[in-house]
Amino acid sequence: MAKQSNEPVLWALFSAGGVFAAFVIPVHLFLLGLAFPLGWIPAPGYEYLHALVRLPLARLYVFALCFLALFHWAHRFRYTLYDGLQIKHLNELIFFCCYGGAILGTVWAGYLLWNFR
Amino acid sequence: MTETRQPARYTEYHPRWYRSRVSTWWWLARWPYLKFILREISSVFVAWFVVVLLLQIRALSRGSEAYAAFERWLQNPLIVLLNLITLFFVVFHAVTWFNVAPRAMAVRFRGKRVPDLWIVGANYAAWAAVSLVLAWFLVRS
Amino acid sequence: MAETISLEVLRYSPERDAEPSFQRYDVPLRKDWVVLDALNYIKDKVDGSLTFRWSCRMGICGSCGMMVNGEPKLTCATFLSNYAREQRPLRVQPLRYFPVIRDLVVEITDFMTKLQSVKPWLIRGKEKPISEGEYLQTPEQLDRYKQFSMCINCMLCYAACPVYGLDPVFIGPAAIALAQRYNMDSRDEGAHERMDVLAQHEGIWGCTFVGECTKVCPKHVDPAGAIQQYKLTATIERFKSFLLPRGAK
Repeated sequence: MAKQSNEPVLWALFSAGGVFAAFVIPVHLFLLGLAFPLGWIPAPGYEYLHALVRLPLARLYVFALCFLALFHWAHRFRYTLYDGLQIKHLNELIFFCCYGGAILGTVWAGYLLWNFR
Repeated sequence: MTETRQPARYTEYHPRWYRSRVSTWWWLARWPYLKFILREISSVFVAWFVVVLLLQIRALSRGSEAYAAFERWLQNPLIVLLNLITLFFVVFHAVTWFNVAPRAMAVRFRGKRVPDLWIVGANYAAWAAVSLVLAWFLVRS
Repeated sequence: MAETISLEVLRYSPERDAEPSFQRYDVPLRKDWVVLDALNYIKDKVDGSLTFRWSCRMGICGSCGMMVNGEPKLTCATFLSNYAREQRPLRVQPLRYFPVIRDLVVEITDFMTKLQSVKPWLIRGKEKPISEGEYLQTPEQLDRYKQFSMCINCMLCYAACPVYGLDPVFIGPAAIALAQRYNMDSRDEGAHERMDVLAQHEGIWGCTFVGECTKVCPKHVDPAGAIQQYKLTATIERFKSFLLPRGAK
């Protein structure tokens, strides 16, 4: 049998990230990026948000969101560079930059959330 | 007794096929291709949202002064514009994702295929419900 | 309705030409004529050297696929009258992403090889002897694969797929759809044999779900759907083999 490729795992992460991103990011971004800064809806206070993020469930949620959304980006962007720009000869470089970037982002998220006081 | 094949006593003629090279701008040639590339580019804006979210977490962990500075940064017109564009792409991602969901998963119930529109509708309904629940957590003070 | 319609047909003669070029023809515009009728009119009455493939002229053999104004179409199913009011002449070109042998005839061996590689036939571990009767199949079991069995191998999906255009090692929509047609057939026992070919990078994983293949398919096979469903199947199989390594199939 041919060597087991890792594509299924990467695709699974991409899919899970895509589902998660589709369901939750629009409302998060609408509030955080538009409604609160522009004053359409009164922004939550620092104390409340800090207490909310301290909850283990909230931190787990944020970590899962960052991890999956970043791997969703990595997989999709890798294929876009591969197909869209036809720079297949840079195949390995693209692979490492994309998934490497996702790993770095995930590590940063883990660090921030684990040390959140 | 097996016969040995005589070597061919003619030169095989192979017509020169014409192969055209696909242009680097192939995705601009047709609107469906451009829509596809825009859909793929939406992933960059998804990643940008993750950055903004993590910047918020970092600001929260550094105290109320730092968080106030983060909130002011979010009000910068350029950042607002960027986030507006990001919102468009993130919604575009969600809509294109839900619209193809029924094809990617052939859902069958009692032997018959569930109509595509039901799957799409269910996804949109879930999207609305999830958004409301999250908004309820985030809009409080 | 106007009397005639102009066609610009791509000509390429390997003996004479270094590159293809367009040649313009004016053909009668009959209400019931399709592009194939126009091409046959040209070959009969105007220019006998025009070379193209066709057979059934009713959308079932899959021979007459060509690019009509940049879109892959069956020329026997594309009506001239739909293009009557266009400013520019109707452009007919050979099927995209395939090497051109001559005029509108393309080399399709690549597709044929790929089709064969997915073993598009019923594979049984053990054949049932004839004395035991037929393989029975319920309508529900038929429904699971019927859509994918409608493929007429016209290769319009290959002409629409940018991944195939950019990376010709990609196995392509029709081959995967036909593999799925057999994988989902209750009489078939060969899914694991096909998976070796399909689970490669040149198999299903090259696909980025552009979805154009489904849009151009004249038989509504939905190859894009077949591919995505197979990605899920292959992923589940991969996780299973990872979690249960010792053949717990």
